[in-house]
Amino acid sequence: MADVSVARVTVDRDRALRLLQNYGVYGGVVVLLVFNFAFTPHFASAENFRTQAVQVAPVLIVALGMALAIGTEGVDLSVGSVMALSTSLLSLYLGYGPWIATLIAVVGGILVGAANGALIAFVGVQPIVATLALMVGARGLALVLLPQLKDVRNPGMAALGSGDVLGIPYLVLIAATLALLVAFAVKRSTFGRRLLAVGDSRPAARLAGLPVRRVLIVVYVCSGALAAVAGVLATARLTASDPTSVGTLMELSAITAVVVGGTPLSGGRVRIGGTVAGAVLIQLLTTTLIKHDLPPSWTQIAQAVVIVGAVYAARERGKR
Amino acid sequence: MLAVTGLCKSFPGVRALSDVDFTAHAGEVHALVGENGAGKSTLIKVLTGVYRPDAGEVTYNGTPVRFATPLQAQQAGISTIYQEVNLVPLMSVARNLLLGREPRGRLRLIDFGRMHREADETLRSLGIRVDVRRPLRELGVGAQQMVALARAVAVDARVVIMDEPTSSLEPREVSTLFEVIRTLRERGIAVVYVSHRMEELYEICDAVTVLRDGTVVHTGRLADLDRLHLVSLMLGREIGEVRREGLTKFAGSHDAAAEPVLDAARLTVRHRLHGVSLSLRPGEVVGLGGLLGSGRSETARAIAGALPVDGGRVVVAGAPVRTGSTPAAIRAGISLLPEDRKTEGIVPGLSVRENIALAALPGLSRFGLVDDARIDRIVDTFMKRLRIRASSSHQKVSELSGGNQQKVLLARWLALHPKVLLLDEPTRGIDVGAKAEVQALVDELADEGLAVLLISSDTEELIEGSDRVVVLKDGAVVRELTGDAVTEDELMRAIAEVPEGGPHG
Repeated sequence: MADVSVARVTVDRDRALRLLQNYGVYGGVVVLLVFNFAFTPHFASAENFRTQAVQVAPVLIVALGMALAIGTEGVDLSVGSVMALSTSLLSLYLGYGPWIATLIAVVGGILVGAANGALIAFVGVQPIVATLALMVGARGLALVLLPQLKDVRNPGMAALGSGDVLGIPYLVLIAATLALLVAFAVKRSTFGRRLLAVGDSRPAARLAGLPVRRVLIVVYVCSGALAAVAGVLATARLTASDPTSVGTLMELSAITAVVVGGTPLSGGRVRIGGTVAGAVLIQLLTTTLIKHDLPPSWTQIAQAVVIVGAVYAARERGKR
Repeated sequence: MLAVTGLCKSFPGVRALSDVDFTAHAGEVHALVGENGAGKSTLIKVLTGVYRPDAGEVTYNGTPVRFATPLQAQQAGISTIYQEVNLVPLMSVARNLLLGREPRGRLRLIDFGRMHREADETLRSLGIRVDVRRPLRELGVGAQQMVALARAVAVDARVVIMDEPTSSLEPREVSTLFEVIRTLRERGIAVVYVSHRMEELYEICDAVTVLRDGTVVHTGRLADLDRLHLVSLMLGREIGEVRREGLTKFAGSHDAAAEPVLDAARLTVRHRLHGVSLSLRPGEVVGLGGLLGSGRSETARAIAGALPVDGGRVVVAGAPVRTGSTPAAIRAGISLLPEDRKTEGIVPGLSVRENIALAALPGLSRFGLVDDARIDRIVDTFMKRLRIRASSSHQKVSELSGGNQQKVLLARWLALHPKVLLLDEPTRGIDVGAKAEVQALVDELADEGLAVLLISSDTEELIEGSDRVVVLKDGAVVRELTGDAVTEDELMRAIAEVPEGGPHG
């Protein structure tokens, strides 16, 4: 009898942990929302939700690319610098119109991503080192192109930054579309399957004849392109290009969103829904603490607690 | 000098060593041989203090000892030289040799002049001639190993353990190494020598201990043991043992077509393969025989493009295949079931379904999007045909038993409709029932016209499963057994055979 009950307890514990891992982020978001509805004045207003959504959009877009890189057992530290490069390029080429300028900014991100991917796939540099090099290099290049803050006065960009459709800001629409696209690619495309296989067991993927190098390069190109888009959106929102500050520490926020969302750093698994929820969770956490007049240092400590919690849940799964 | 008695060591689920007695005498080169999993490396690790024995006693110079760490064993005078040299590549030869014991001048600074002189003398006395001022990494692997050996001797080692020291050496370097080993023997040092190369064993070793499945099956003077006997001890097969029919599930011979579908010619990989040629006909199972390290897996991997070759070519159905590229080999119809199922075969985090579909994905998708209905059909077919036991096709493959994992891998390759199937140890580590199923399946596939290359350390399986057996030794083909000659006796004779022009011919 005793054995049976012990077994049941462990099974329950296992299941609870798995639930926590799979849905913990969503649970966290719900808890914070309920708390704020109940205790935070002026929280339940459309205006507030718009602000929150607009603030989270760039982090979310960067985190999508980061989730792909982490899914291949890598990481992309250059995303913040790619945002800076993107804002510099945008402001330099804005004379040709916002579309051309955006295109050039994204191409810049793709090139940085291709450089990352080539270093990792062909030269065999570890992702953390390769992207660290590009992180320093891209930020430097951004500052060479545009040494200081410059106002962006362009009606198109201004509309992108503050316009909306049916009350939903463009920024949020773009972020949601990209999230759906990436989720679809991970779930349904051959590229998605191969990415997971490469991240889970690279020798097996290689022996199964998968184009491992191509997959890696595409992953970092996607990450670079997404970061560049985030850079354009951040510029539109600020109506200014500031390569010294845009995207600083963005790589860490993105990694946090991905990890809190339940994507393991060991690769082989990508959770886009979780990543979105992770980004939202961190955003809500920050807002909650700010609205209750706690100093920013508290936010950082709270973030640390959430990260440790997420990593703890992931660790239990690895052991089973 | 160094002895163990009644040594036992278990790991969770495995008994690695049971009741092992082993003695290394001073001034003697003692060969330690055995196939994979026989317990050689466990024994070495116990001797050098990496593992602690569960039971039994280690005596050194007549007194019982217990080494808690490898460092203690080293300080006591037991040195190990691994295949990979563990010295500091950027430092000079002399510094490596005298690392930690550098001669000091006034002011406690290193006296480089004296250091170089001393190092030169030490190396010269062992018959090694190198410039001691050069950084170690500029030397060849062989010379580096010599320096490691010299260092071992210089720190007053009484016992030197060498784990396959010649696996990456040129023949000339091997003879220098043997000179050094002879010098050590004359100085009264006990040498434990691990190798699979028959010629080397008979050239340099005085005594031999054969391990199999964690027990000592033979120990004694090497000169009293002929080659054939040694091979039969290692493989655990009696010479002239009556072949019991029907022990494995292989039906025996197949009707093979006349024209080969795969033709591999003069495959050469530095230090590992020396001009291996073989051909496979459709509907034929060809076995690759040989001891551990004879180049069986390397041959399969070279054919499948997983091991870059320095020379040779592979032709499938008349069309040459680019070597060194797995995708090219797979496109040509070559599939390899790798030896190490866990790390190179399955993708543990993905489901049974995704694992089966992995290699065939391009054919199962449209515009880069996966066609789930078609995958489900194929996965269903193979799960039924191979009798893969899983709770559903969405179960994670890492949760299946070894036998079912192996079947999933077979399904992955069969979904590609290959022409040539290379099976590297397809039944290792899987239970009896699954083993019989896999063997029956191999037979069935050959009957359907697939060309199969079978590698197995289980001699019985190899002999009964194959129509022909190509015997490899030290990375080269030594014999091909056909027809009535496909027997365990002939296989062992082929492995034990003295090469033409060899020192003992």
